[in-house]
Amino acid sequence: MSAVLDNISGVIRGNSSSEPDITGNTPPMKKNRNAAMDALFKNLTRFFAFAVLSLLAAILVSLVVGSQITLEKYGISFLWSSEWDPVNNEYGALVPIVGTLVTSAIALLIAVPVSFGIALFLTELAPAWLRRPLGTAIEMLAAIPSIIYGMWGLFIFAPLFKQYVQPFLIATLGNIPGAGILFQGPAFGIGVFTAGIILAVMIIPFITAVMRDVFELVPAMLKESAYGLGATTWEVVSRVVLPFTKVGVVGGIMLGLGRALGETMAVTFVIGNAYRLSSSLFAPGNSIASSLANEFAEASDDVHLSALIELGLILFLITTIVLACSKLLLLRLAKSEGART
Amino acid sequence: MSVITMQNTVYRRRRLTNKVMLTLSAIALVFGLFWLFWIILTLLSKGAAAMSPTLFTQITPPPGQDGGLLNALLGSVMMAGMGTLIGTPVGILAGTYLAEYGQRGWLAPATRFINDVLLSAPSIVIGLFIYTVFVARIQHFSGWAGTLALAVIVIPVVVRTTDDMLKLVPNSLREACIALGCPHWKMITMVCYRAARSGIITGILLAIARIAGETAPLLFTALNNQFLSFNMNAPMANLPVTIFQFAMSPFGDWQRLAWAGATLITLLVLAINIIARIMFRKQAV
Repeated sequence: MSAVLDNISGVIRGNSSSEPDITGNTPPMKKNRNAAMDALFKNLTRFFAFAVLSLLAAILVSLVVGSQITLEKYGISFLWSSEWDPVNNEYGALVPIVGTLVTSAIALLIAVPVSFGIALFLTELAPAWLRRPLGTAIEMLAAIPSIIYGMWGLFIFAPLFKQYVQPFLIATLGNIPGAGILFQGPAFGIGVFTAGIILAVMIIPFITAVMRDVFELVPAMLKESAYGLGATTWEVVSRVVLPFTKVGVVGGIMLGLGRALGETMAVTFVIGNAYRLSSSLFAPGNSIASSLANEFAEASDDVHLSALIELGLILFLITTIVLACSKLLLLRLAKSEGART
Repeated sequence: MSVITMQNTVYRRRRLTNKVMLTLSAIALVFGLFWLFWIILTLLSKGAAAMSPTLFTQITPPPGQDGGLLNALLGSVMMAGMGTLIGTPVGILAGTYLAEYGQRGWLAPATRFINDVLLSAPSIVIGLFIYTVFVARIQHFSGWAGTLALAVIVIPVVVRTTDDMLKLVPNSLREACIALGCPHWKMITMVCYRAARSGIITGILLAIARIAGETAPLLFTALNNQFLSFNMNAPMANLPVTIFQFAMSPFGDWQRLAWAGATLITLLVLAINIIARIMFRKQAV
């Protein structure tokens, strides 16, 4: 498109970019000034685009440089050492990494079916006049700041959860042979499981938004054909809409995962901040982001700081890879959609 | 006869599955809305109890004394304001490149990709980034560091909306400009920006709403300050970190102030979000 525009403007600019003088020639000064401004503006925007591009690399480099001490001291074993002892200056990332992955996994288990249900309701079931207000209300879940989720989780949700839900889960799920070990132990209210639930609520709007967008990509003719053959709404969704959009749905789930992995304040409030590996999901734990939020401002020792920055580096690498995969999947859906039409 | 009964059971089962699934879908929606209303109702009841005019006239108190949130509110406004002022031009110019010059070459698609990753990158890592490149160099926490961290969060939001909104501007407008002999830069600044104005402003509003409640990137850039200070070269009070510290404290007075601050922030952020949506809808129609 712009190639065409460039050519057109090049041709036209030759004789009409400003008033011709008596001899019919354009005054060279004004023409030059416009050409110079064009080049200046284009390069200015290009410079900032490049700056945004290099931001990612800059973050990566700064984190690598900042964590040099522990990178050299521990090497790769930092990843699976479960020692975290600021007093003796011994650090390992296993507990926060496990905490991050487990909370995100719980969040996905809850958020994916719920988001799918909401997206299904908003695209197929809700009457047109209800779609916008309901959709906006769900999006507002994403607007509430993380710290509010944290406060509410610690002071309102966790006590109720401890009093009413946890004893019930321990008494029922805790008795299942094998898997029951995940649900045993005392009810603290706060802990890994609580953090997972709150993360789930926080990522529902993101997954829902992507699912709604991709569901709306399905050509109406496909759905109408299925309805015409007598399919029920659920059959249309599960046999036509989902197969058509599965790449995008997975992309949306990955986006939610990326959000859940890096979520900081909400988790910091409710996870319990304990550097202990526990088989029970109800026990307090720690995530990468909550370790950073709790300890960084108080850390004074260079090794401690470096270990925390290395945690940040690990978090950044994981989330970047997950988000990049999500984006690639969504691009793939958009591209195949473009090829089809 | 037997064929009909068999078909009937199949038909009934299909209809039942359909009903069950659609009911579950409605329940999912109610589940989502339930949390939203629970959180907002909690904030309104807890916040209403803590609201008073002194919130806006007094600074954060020591435990056990009366006080307000004046210094935290002012610090937040200053840092979020400066962060937006720094981040917005960068974001708009980069977004302009993507939409107006990016049809050829590798830079625009690559930047668009990276920008989308940055959009969802953990904000606490942005704080770490500013810490290592800025705070560690000048050896102390400062309001400017917080401002920079917020600016880095603003940029991807603005890039994304500017890019999207400029792409919505019809090409016939651009062609008309060029047919009149208008140079490219004038076409973009005088026609495309004006056509996309309310969309771009929507993006800026959403960016402000996003940074208004950001806590993680301020924890180790701006830190906090118990006193009223306009010096952006020193640690600076701000609402989110104050809420964090006060909520985690064992003092009842501080926790009450934290609830008041939380209610203020949430109402502000939700209001900005709704205003931005209404503005955008007006333009889209």
